[in-house]
Amino acid sequence: MTSTLRALFGACAVATFATVAGAQTTITVATVNNGDMIRMQKLMPDFYAKHPDIKVNWVTLEENVLRQKVTTDIATHGGQYDVMTIGTYEVPIWAKRGWLASLDNLPASFDVNDLLPSIRAGLSYNGHLYASPFYGESSFIMYRKDLMKKAGLTMPENPTWAFIRKAADKMTDKAAGIYGICLRGKAGWGENTAFLTTMANSFGARWFDMKWHPQFDTKPWHETMNFYVDMMKADGPPGASNNGFTENLSLFQQGKCGMWIDATVAGSFVTDPKASKVANEVGFAMAPHKEGVKKDANWLWSWALAIPTGTKNEAAAKTFVDWATSKDYLNLVASKDGWANVPPGTRTSLYENPKYLEAAPFAALTLKSMKLADPTHPTVDPVPYVGVQFVAIPEFQGIGTAVGQQFSAALAGTTTIDAALKSAQAITTREMTKAGYIK
Amino acid sequence: MARRTTTARKTGNTVLAWGVGLLIFFPILWTILTSFKTEGDAIAIPPKFLFFHWTLENYVNVNAQSNYLLHFWNSVVISLGSTLIGLAIAIPAAWAMAFVPGRRTKDVLMWMLSTKMMPGVGVLVPIYLMFKTFGLLDTRVGLVMILTLIDLPIIVWMLYTYFKEIPSEILEAARMDGATLRSEILYVLTPMAIPGIASTLLLNVILAWNEAFWTLLLTASKAAPLTAFIASFSAPEGLFYAKLSAASTMAIAPILILGWFSQKQLVRGLTFGAVK
Repeated sequence: MTSTLRALFGACAVATFATVAGAQTTITVATVNNGDMIRMQKLMPDFYAKHPDIKVNWVTLEENVLRQKVTTDIATHGGQYDVMTIGTYEVPIWAKRGWLASLDNLPASFDVNDLLPSIRAGLSYNGHLYASPFYGESSFIMYRKDLMKKAGLTMPENPTWAFIRKAADKMTDKAAGIYGICLRGKAGWGENTAFLTTMANSFGARWFDMKWHPQFDTKPWHETMNFYVDMMKADGPPGASNNGFTENLSLFQQGKCGMWIDATVAGSFVTDPKASKVANEVGFAMAPHKEGVKKDANWLWSWALAIPTGTKNEAAAKTFVDWATSKDYLNLVASKDGWANVPPGTRTSLYENPKYLEAAPFAALTLKSMKLADPTHPTVDPVPYVGVQFVAIPEFQGIGTAVGQQFSAALAGTTTIDAALKSAQAITTREMTKAGYIK
Repeated sequence: MARRTTTARKTGNTVLAWGVGLLIFFPILWTILTSFKTEGDAIAIPPKFLFFHWTLENYVNVNAQSNYLLHFWNSVVISLGSTLIGLAIAIPAAWAMAFVPGRRTKDVLMWMLSTKMMPGVGVLVPIYLMFKTFGLLDTRVGLVMILTLIDLPIIVWMLYTYFKEIPSEILEAARMDGATLRSEILYVLTPMAIPGIASTLLLNVILAWNEAFWTLLLTASKAAPLTAFIASFSAPEGLFYAKLSAASTMAIAPILILGWFSQKQLVRGLTFGAVK
């Protein structure tokens, strides 16, 4: 009898153990390789301590490879990923097609109302949140305070393009290898097209009118391109048509640029004494605008975590998204690595935290810039699309890159500005007609 | 006088050959050097060639962030598996085409080659759907299958070209001595063709090792080979050249060593059939 009981207890214990082991859910998270995401992977012990029943597999990839992979997977309902890192460009397009699970029912502790309104708007579709922001950014001016002083100028908080041109002219010293202005020139919808779209917004231009007709043949686009090419030829570094974010970052860190207008995330890189020769000389200002135009050339971007519809592990995926984008996660990073390393640009409460404001000197400007970038009203004149530095339609990746190639060629001097804009108009009209937007 | 001219010429040729060799090798050398630099030194203008602060921190970071051995093992299984299965199919196929050609053999060969002319992305969605249906996504079996199919035309072509160099009279003699088809291929043709088969094997292992389109798109975490390992170190922000170079060096090192030890076979494989 005793031995029977023992055997019974033993069997129960084994069965219980097997059930617990079997109950563990494994989720696969696809993500980009940036500092914040790598940090999160290191902080996973906190997640496992709170949720021992969930195991996370990471797939970290270069941005373009990631985009290609997750797009293929979600379009075919492949089901390889339970959580995907996507941007403000993909969210409205994928949500419209029913590819993303709504995140409306996250727990109250998530505090959805704490999300920055512009970021929340960029990650929502028809009023429902479809991705939770892990990190957000805008764009601003980074400049060399020493060179500005030497030029006898003071950077206003909201400079105009005319001031930028004047400052660039005065700061440029080609003999010493210093160029007044560094801007993106490398072709690509996420490279020069993103920057030039925001610049065009600040000149009063837009991609499309309300009937989806391209607007490259209008005066504001000609003004934008003439100003950009003239300034870059006079004060930009050689070979600027090949420079993207990474190239300009290294030029600025090497002390070769007087001013650089790019992502706010670069603020922490150019002020890092380990990587930047000019770390102590960097000042920040809002992205410029043209006199009389009430739009600045600042963008809005967010890397966010989304859950594809049809995943078998939606509950576990939601638990993970809630943990990774919660207020508690920000506190966790701060306790381990300090407030300067907290993922920026997602929550209002972070910008009300004096410890964070003290640790990140560019935080206030980042917040102001993000608040002013409105993805639903990106331009002076009304537009039928959402997105500040992009147009949130599936066709934009192709069109944006083709147009970017024309702009890059105009900067390199292999075509004229007029010819580049004419080609951009023709390419966009053709693609938009083919896609059925223009009747 | 004549001897002096020859020596001068030889020296010139040697210098030229070394110059061209170094020029071709330079990107790899630069990658290896960059992998030992700090991120700051990696982007220094003017570039630092040898006089920089040598560090192993990139290798430490790369190893801490990724499971190199898993990716390495996946690469070994996928490249060797696809090449060996490819050879098992291609040897009989190339034998038939070389020694018993039909009226349409040339057309079949051209048709096989034509499958290489279509960009892979053209069939991405159907193949992805098939992989999904058969549960092959993120599996080594699936990758071995797709890489076998992709490299098969090249394997057949290489073997066909090599088999054509073998006089058919030798095979006829074996047949007259009563050899069956199986023993003819296994005991007569294959031993004579070993150098050609070896170079085909090596070249296709390298091709499969470097294949980056399908291996990236059809895998997630379990079956991802070294191509995915490299792709994970390029970043949308910040500086990453030194870490990316360390990852690239670790990914190419095994195949570089293999290539170094088998360069004679490789050169033979690359040049046979070109000019006879």
